[in-house]
Amino acid sequence: MAFLEISGLRKSYGDHEVLRGIDLAVERHQVICLIGASGSGKSTLLRCINALETIDAGQIGLDGEVVSGAGVDVNLLRRDVGMVFQSYNLFPHMNVIDNVTLAPIRLGGLSREQATAKATALLERVGLADKAKAFPDRLSGGQQQRVAIVRTLAMEPRVLLLDEITAALDPELVAEVLGIVRQLAAEGMTMLLATHEMGFAREVADTVCFLHQGSLLEMGPPEQIFTEPAEERTRMFLKSIIAAGRL
Amino acid sequence: MTETAQAAPRATAQPVPTPGRGPALIGLAAATIATADTWAVTATVFEAAAGGWRWVLGGAALAGAAAVLLVYRPALDAWRSSGRCAASADPVERRALAARARESAWTASGLAFAVLCALALLVFVLANDAAVQRTFLQSELIATSALDIVRAFGTNLFIAVVAQALVLVWGLVLALARLAPGRVGRPIRALAIVYIDVIRAVPAIIVIYLIGFGLPIAEVPILSGLSQTWYAILALTIVYGAYVAEVFRSGIESVHPSQVSASRSLGFSHLATMRHVVVPQATKRVIPPLLNDFISLQKDTALVNVIGTIDAFNQAKIFSSNHFNLSSVTVVAALFILITIPQARLVDRLIARDKARGA
Ligand SMILES: Nc1ncnc2c1ncn2[C@@H]1O[C@H](COP(=O)(O)OP(=O)(O)O)[C@@H](O)[C@H]1O
Ligand SMILES: [Mg+2]
Repeated sequence: MAFLEISGLRKSYGDHEVLRGIDLAVERHQVICLIGASGSGKSTLLRCINALETIDAGQIGLDGEVVSGAGVDVNLLRRDVGMVFQSYNLFPHMNVIDNVTLAPIRLGGLSREQATAKATALLERVGLADKAKAFPDRLSGGQQQRVAIVRTLAMEPRVLLLDEITAALDPELVAEVLGIVRQLAAEGMTMLLATHEMGFAREVADTVCFLHQGSLLEMGPPEQIFTEPAEERTRMFLKSIIAAGRL
Repeated sequence: MTETAQAAPRATAQPVPTPGRGPALIGLAAATIATADTWAVTATVFEAAAGGWRWVLGGAALAGAAAVLLVYRPALDAWRSSGRCAASADPVERRALAARARESAWTASGLAFAVLCALALLVFVLANDAAVQRTFLQSELIATSALDIVRAFGTNLFIAVVAQALVLVWGLVLALARLAPGRVGRPIRALAIVYIDVIRAVPAIIVIYLIGFGLPIAEVPILSGLSQTWYAILALTIVYGAYVAEVFRSGIESVHPSQVSASRSLGFSHLATMRHVVVPQATKRVIPPLLNDFISLQKDTALVNVIGTIDAFNQAKIFSSNHFNLSSVTVVAALFILITIPQARLVDRLIARDKARGA
């Protein structure tokens, strides 16, 4: 059984079926990129894995355990599965260090000193040690997103879900965020990321999955998906991406 | 530019004003009326006031009459501007001067109107041989009652401050109950909704009445032994808890759901998310509406006189029925004005600050 295993996952909002039976397996240390048009269900899939949405059918397994369905302690699950959002979602009423140490102190059982030391080390890694006392509204988008990644990493998740984390950034700020993801990939972090950065997906992904109207239409190694996709839909999607200058 | 384009001016071409003295004349007329009326009333006050009051009141009236001459400033500016407008050949300058003349004339008229309103009030107070003044503003009764009323006002302030502290807690509890999530939370939500709806539907004075007279009769342990002041506090907490719950709820709901997602995804429970992430952000935003409810609560402390609490209003009523004069009640009104207006201004400042921040 794979480290993270999703089978037959279905999700509807009212009459609108957003995910129509997703099967996906992620091995330890793998990086999987989800691509697909806006509205194809990428965010919903990631939110379901993080139990931010309830699922209507199917199962999610993590490290041999079933982590979906009734009775699952979602708060425990989420400490294993970290998530970073498109809009950063830093807590605006706390400075950077408090944003990062809140969960380790309250949930991780760390003392304030331990948590601060750990947070400072992580912030140093992403080049933001000098911003520890700054409030989010004083930071650029790229800096905020780097803090958001650090906030998630501080809980030492075993899987990281990244939902278009560069989509809200000005172009010149994208690189500093992708640099961190690249580094995490090199260190062997298991990651599932939705992205529109095709070049980046091609570079870091072990597997690329093309999501179309709630179904995983095609998946495979990046070379195959980007150069000789089997499905017509995938070809059309990539064509539109190329036309937009994103590949 | 072609011939035809020159021949037919654009429909939206800026007009060049024909200079006129009209607005300036209106402004001057308004200033003159205001001044004349002020001087007439001043003369009346000077004659009506007796003894030592004559020089105090008369002096004040004279100062007012002198100040009213300031209405002429914008009026004269309107006159000068319209004159310069007529003399100017430059259309842009003419337009600007005409606009200035109009604005100054309106300023003069507005000021004159305000002066006339103030005069009307003064005339009303002095009318019928100062009957209004003697009913509401009798200086002897004000002097004899003021000290006792101010002391009794301490009870109003005590009730208000304690009730406000309790309302903060109770309102937040109700708001969180109303937002209890999921199927499990449904009965809690329903209870909170019923409480909030019912309490907001009943007039505060009735709740105070029921509690103040009902609890002692009902002989409920602990609750029935409270003093009247504490009944008042209890009643106001029950009533305003419902209003403040709605204020908190709107604040909590105004925090973007992505904040909840971020907190939950870190592993925080619903209540921990409320405590660390949502409520701190909500509280900041609801401070202005919260203060508005607090101002209402302070004023409603005067309702407790129905259960016999000796607050400032009740004290004033004792004075007024002994002296057949309402001037002591005016004192209470003045005290409420004194504490309320600074808070109202504070609320406005906070709202303006939030707006400037784009919050
Ligand atoms: N909370 C929601 N309620 C109703 N519909 C939703 C909700 N969230 C997403 N959807 C719908 O689900 C579909 C997939 O959305 P999403 O997962 O955000 O797509 P993507 O991230 O690929 O752009 C869209 O049609 C969207 O309108
Ligand atoms: Mg999305």
